[in-house]
Amino acid sequence: MHMTININGQQVSRDAEPRTLLVHFIRDTPGLTGTHWGCDTSNCGACVVMMDGKAIKSCTTLAAMCEGHEIRTVESLERNGQLDPVQQGFHEKHALQCGFCTPGMLMTARALLDENPNPTEAEIRTAISGGICRCTGYKNIVAAIQWAAENQAGARQEVQA
Amino acid sequence: MQTPASFEYERATSVDGVIASLARLGPEARVIAGGHSLLPMMKLRLAEPSHLIDINDLAPELSYIRDEGGEIAIGALTRHVDLLGSDLLAEHFPVFRDAEEVIADPVVRNRGTIGGSLCQADAAEDLSAVCTAVKAKVVIRGPQGQRTVAMDEFHVGPYVTAVADGELLTEVRLPLFPGAGSAHEKVERRAGDWAIAAASAAIWVDRSTIHDVGIALAAVGLTTVHLKRAEELLRGKPPSEELFEQAAAIASEDCSPMPDGRGPEDYKRHLAGVLTKRALSRATARALKQEA
Repeated sequence: MHMTININGQQVSRDAEPRTLLVHFIRDTPGLTGTHWGCDTSNCGACVVMMDGKAIKSCTTLAAMCEGHEIRTVESLERNGQLDPVQQGFHEKHALQCGFCTPGMLMTARALLDENPNPTEAEIRTAISGGICRCTGYKNIVAAIQWAAENQAGARQEVQA
Repeated sequence: MQTPASFEYERATSVDGVIASLARLGPEARVIAGGHSLLPMMKLRLAEPSHLIDINDLAPELSYIRDEGGEIAIGALTRHVDLLGSDLLAEHFPVFRDAEEVIADPVVRNRGTIGGSLCQADAAEDLSAVCTAVKAKVVIRGPQGQRTVAMDEFHVGPYVTAVADGELLTEVRLPLFPGAGSAHEKVERRAGDWAIAAASAAIWVDRSTIHDVGIALAAVGLTTVHLKRAEELLRGKPPSEELFEQAAAIASEDCSPMPDGRGPEDYKRHLAGVLTKRALSRATARALKQEA
């Protein structure tokens, strides 16, 4: 079937089987390999992208289900050479080692802060509980999201100015 | 790479359209909503539907939580995130918020729906226990119109429900009675996992006496375990710790857990009892506070 999906504001069209999973559509067609394909069973969270502003697991979503919706991937976070505050936070707080879980963690964190700009530590830990990181023990990821929450108001103003 | 077997895909534009498509396509067609149970089943070839009918566009018709005077009606396409966030639901049946906080993880909860969870009919699924405890009824629509089924008749067996070929679960209805309190208790190995065991309890207190009660267990039987014998014991008596101890003992006896990686049988029976008592105590505390 012919599919057209809005990915990071671009209309991406291709013929694909109905069984094509969103994660593969994103990685294959526009070649946006930032979204990682991990456990394939909706447990690990490496494949998290946003659908209409909400974090979803793209390994357990059919690409066909996304026509008419806005998909955002990790590649959309950086704008004009400026890192998103969550990316900057991961940099500042050393929130990754191997980086496999990072795109999912970043998109989960972005969705959280869009909805709740000042989350508590418990809220952050709940929000990322659908992601698995085998390197950091989560401590630095939580610190990075806290850093982003504390710094994003200023960072955004800077971008606008 | 895990990929489902091939199928044809179509998007529904109305509930009537779904019923018509199911009639046209036959029993190998399946309805998909959040897809977080069906797609994993399809990847493992445990399900190989010939057609998928995507109902995600039917939110205006099928996604709502509303007070209909005497009953709360929940549309089948209502997502876990909305069940968790609903103050109306939390006010009348806090058991839903208890359960939703521990169902899968927040990202999965953004997609999964109440209708999908109930129709999957996994014995370890929390909302089946919750709906059994609060004496929910489900509305099922088919070519001959709609019918209403109590939770006891809804669960036919493991992964099998009263929803027949050609039919669609459209709504869950929760009857409202005064003096209600409810709670869900779950123990899991790690965040987002299925329960080792879980207990849902709803209690209706009238002048310091248990007027009615509903108790159900998840993950300790082939289907949701409805503890009718424990309910019988509690009805008409004043709530007390001793009484709940007796109900817990019945829970341990009347469940039928399988030993697996989550624990041996005796541990699960013990856990079912402990969680039953905790759920009853918390439900009662909530009911009594509500009365005051």
